[in-house]
Amino acid sequence: MSENLAGHVKFDNVGLRYGTDPEVLSNLSFTLYPGSFYFLTGASGAGKTSLLKMLYLAQRPSRGAIRMFGQDLVTMPQSRLPELRRRLGVVFQNFRLVPYLTAFDNVALPLRLAGAEEKKVQRAVGDMLDWVGLAHRAHAVPPSLSGGEQQRVAIARAVIARPKMLIADEPTGNVDPDMALKLLRLFEALNNRVGTTVVVATHDVHLLKKVPDSLIMRLHKGQLSDPTGALRYPPKPGGSSAG
Amino acid sequence: MSSLPPLPVEAEDGEPAPERPPQRPEGRAAARLLPPQRLTGPIPWVIAILIALVVIAAAGGLAMRKLSEAASASLSSALSVQVIEPNPDLREARGAEAARILAGIEGVSSVRVKPEAELVAMLEPWLGEGASSGDVPIPALIDVELSRRAGPADVARIKAALKDKVPGARVDAQGDFLAPVNDALAALQWLVFGVAVMVALATAAAVWLAAKNAFAAARDTVEIMHLLGASQRQITAVFLRDVLREAILGALLGAGLGFGAVWLLGQQFAQLGSGLVSGGGLALADWLVIGAVPLAGVLLAGLTARITIAFALKDML
Repeated sequence: MSENLAGHVKFDNVGLRYGTDPEVLSNLSFTLYPGSFYFLTGASGAGKTSLLKMLYLAQRPSRGAIRMFGQDLVTMPQSRLPELRRRLGVVFQNFRLVPYLTAFDNVALPLRLAGAEEKKVQRAVGDMLDWVGLAHRAHAVPPSLSGGEQQRVAIARAVIARPKMLIADEPTGNVDPDMALKLLRLFEALNNRVGTTVVVATHDVHLLKKVPDSLIMRLHKGQLSDPTGALRYPPKPGGSSAG
Repeated sequence: MSSLPPLPVEAEDGEPAPERPPQRPEGRAAARLLPPQRLTGPIPWVIAILIALVVIAAAGGLAMRKLSEAASASLSSALSVQVIEPNPDLREARGAEAARILAGIEGVSSVRVKPEAELVAMLEPWLGEGASSGDVPIPALIDVELSRRAGPADVARIKAALKDKVPGARVDAQGDFLAPVNDALAALQWLVFGVAVMVALATAAAVWLAAKNAFAAARDTVEIMHLLGASQRQITAVFLRDVLREAILGALLGAGLGFGAVWLLGQQFAQLGSGLVSGGGLALADWLVIGAVPLAGVLLAGLTARITIAFALKDML
């Protein structure tokens, strides 16, 4: 089965609990298809961040099966996870920039970790900073950047290595509405022009309308609902309608 | 960002890169991933002091071994024969007879009857004027050198040869006199070895604590790197580079301190001019062993840090 039909990510009856506490996520079954744009919504505490953690390989499920890019995550040895992580781009809720590295070096991190030649790193990072409008702030360290600038550095870092899937946790939570819209346009551009699958977690329902072709997954008390049919019907690859 | 520029495409191999002034230094400086000087503070000095102690202890242990070996080698083939007889004339005659018999025994390479004046001079520090007065009977003393190491069988054979013909003759292997000294030196060597092991453990503990603290301080950064796809090997390598830099600095300082102290002590002992002490001089091989101490310290630090970091990373998915 091709990856497009099988999907980038397939959750099968996944549950997650921390320690001996009750499950924070229960019976999650869904497939994320290549080139689609997903919103993950839900109130604070619904489990969005926990679900994203499993998506960006920071957390193994307590039960169930997860396949990502054709690989079984539950049984995959720890040593092979970095290879998968390099195919993901992540915008963390609080950006998680390295405070003592400049904007340039933060954006360069994924390429350097992947062993890219320094010449290519210099060029790609310069282009990327141009793209997010921060070329003039390349030498600034995160503490000297505004919230919006930090956000854009985080996004540039997430997309610099052309990930197959971009995962963003409340990416517009710390910026004004204008900036939020601009960031969404960046994600759309990445989705449309590069074909990256995008998953954006947000509790801002107004954002959902801004990307009309998006698919919505709603989390409520650790359970997924399916208001757009995203979970029932494989959407057309490349960012199809929510149906 | 108001007008969205096109998303940059990935540079193709061989495509000429556009002219761009260098924005960052390239190479190692550009590839720095963790904060500089994470192992700040006293760690290099702690390692330096510990390495210096091991160097001094190792030098002391090796010097004692050399001393023990030199003393044993000079005395191992020597025997002393005493002829105990109060009558001076009879003692002289029996001493001469003993020397004659000893010279005829197979394996004896030299026999020397110590002149009475020499014996008196030896005893004078203990007996004072009485040593030369004749009031105190002094045994005749004969130094015997064998062509091989003097074992119990040789002593027994010489005793048997003298038993009937020289009444009052007593035979001792000179090496036996040094046995307690050798035992003490052996005990000191074990003590030095124990000290070296304990100091090595202290070094490992110091490095373990330093690596653990550094890892805890950089945990957030490590997690970011981890989630961006850094392998354990990459993270470990970055940490090891810093730990080894600190350890090498400490080892060099420690080696300097230790070698300086050993050299100074050597100079002090050399001025004593004592035959026994001069036997404890270090040979080239000994210096090579001592020189290996700082190197071993660096390797130990690297190994300890590697194990510490591997355990810390194990907790992360």
